[in-house]
Amino acid sequence: MRIALIDYGAGNLHSAAKALMRALDETGQRGEVIMGADPEVIASADRIVLPGDGAFRDCRENLAVVSGLEAALDHAVRSKGRPFLGICVGMQLLATRGLERGITQGLGWIPGDVVPLAPADPALKVPHMGWNTLAMTSSHPVLEGIALGPQGLHAYFLHSFHLIPEGTANLIATAEYGGPVSAIVGRDTVIGTQFHPEKSQVLGVKLLANFLKWAP
Amino acid sequence: MLKKRVIPCLDVKNGRVVKGINFVDLADVGDPVESAKAYDAAGADELCFLDITASHENRGTLLDVVRRTAENCFMPVTVGGGVRDVEDVRALMLAGADKVSINTAAVRDRSIVGRAAEKFGAQAIVVAIDAKRVSRDGEAPRWEIFTHGGRNPTGIDAIAYAREVADLGAGEILLTSMDRDGTKAGFDLALTRAVSDAVTIPVVASGGVGTLDHLVEGVREGGASAVLAASIFHYGTFSIAEAKRHMARAGLPMRLDGLEAIR
Repeated sequence: MRIALIDYGAGNLHSAAKALMRALDETGQRGEVIMGADPEVIASADRIVLPGDGAFRDCRENLAVVSGLEAALDHAVRSKGRPFLGICVGMQLLATRGLERGITQGLGWIPGDVVPLAPADPALKVPHMGWNTLAMTSSHPVLEGIALGPQGLHAYFLHSFHLIPEGTANLIATAEYGGPVSAIVGRDTVIGTQFHPEKSQVLGVKLLANFLKWAP
Repeated sequence: MLKKRVIPCLDVKNGRVVKGINFVDLADVGDPVESAKAYDAAGADELCFLDITASHENRGTLLDVVRRTAENCFMPVTVGGGVRDVEDVRALMLAGADKVSINTAAVRDRSIVGRAAEKFGAQAIVVAIDAKRVSRDGEAPRWEIFTHGGRNPTGIDAIAYAREVADLGAGEILLTSMDRDGTKAGFDLALTRAVSDAVTIPVVASGGVGTLDHLVEGVREGGASAVLAASIFHYGTFSIAEAKRHMARAGLPMRLDGLEAIR
């Protein structure tokens, strides 16, 4: 299995690469993680992972300046249906628009906006930083075998903005933080996690392994 | 529900851990990456590396430590110490730090906080505040920022400074009481509460932990989102699992994933 981990200058990729290799071991499959942004790497990949740290606008600009990258992603994911995982800002980029420091157009794969977190309880701090449990809103193969709910496993969050999808059809899981925070969104062969599976120990490796086994 | 975090902190000098951790199965107590892996396995919620290397020329060793840690730990890592400009932040982020802590550089020039947050997002920027009580007994409590390990007063009010850096875009405050650091007498709870109430970003309480009840107080009395400790963990006085179970028994929301089988 060839896993393309998109390197577009949006942060460190080592943890994601290592976590994907460990998840690959769990699935019992052989394969490799290829870091890069070469359209040929994306075209030949079985799985595509888009990480992202920092500000929405910076990540969006970095993505746009890599020649041929967006067209290659669009073709591989939306035309050919290759399974795709966006992580953190890589998930937020799936939205129609980002509202961090002005309005920035996203990829528009999952209709919705990326808006500032606004917990109903003013005592709750922003950023939403640390370990939280997940509640499932729609079942999805990437959640298979993962203990969810208040007594379930934890995912590591580190963010001040989140993606609010239009309608509920594309919302897979939320975390509770003074109201629901979008934790996982998905549509067709696209999935995105606001939390960092590569930092989320047991839950993270399991989710990544599920993503690699997923055959939509 | 978001859980309270327990964060062990390792002092690193020229790429080696200064006070080695006392874990029985650790082959090399001075290796920061081995120590990080041990804490990862022990259930730490995050790890903090504090670089105390005197010379800036030796920064390469720190970047290598961060890189190898990020490759070997599926746990978030904050790195601080000697961060002088946005380029230092960038180098640490690219090496694999999840958050970078800025201390003296922000005291000298606040603008580094906003510039770093704009580039890397508020969630990645921690401002470390070393504060000392300067009010006399009987007076309204007042704390000042001190630099150089608590030796140099700056005249800057700690609470006002915390508010200022939060407004500039810091995502978290790492608050150390220089009065309590190393005393095992517990956090300065009045200081922790005052800073926590003054800002809407998470505050990590640090300095003075000697017992597990101190950790509970830091959250309950101090209002901290996370508690940081060094020696009680390094010397094996308490394990991370013991600390988290104790806090959970006291009624605090804690992440206990996988801790059932660990001492």
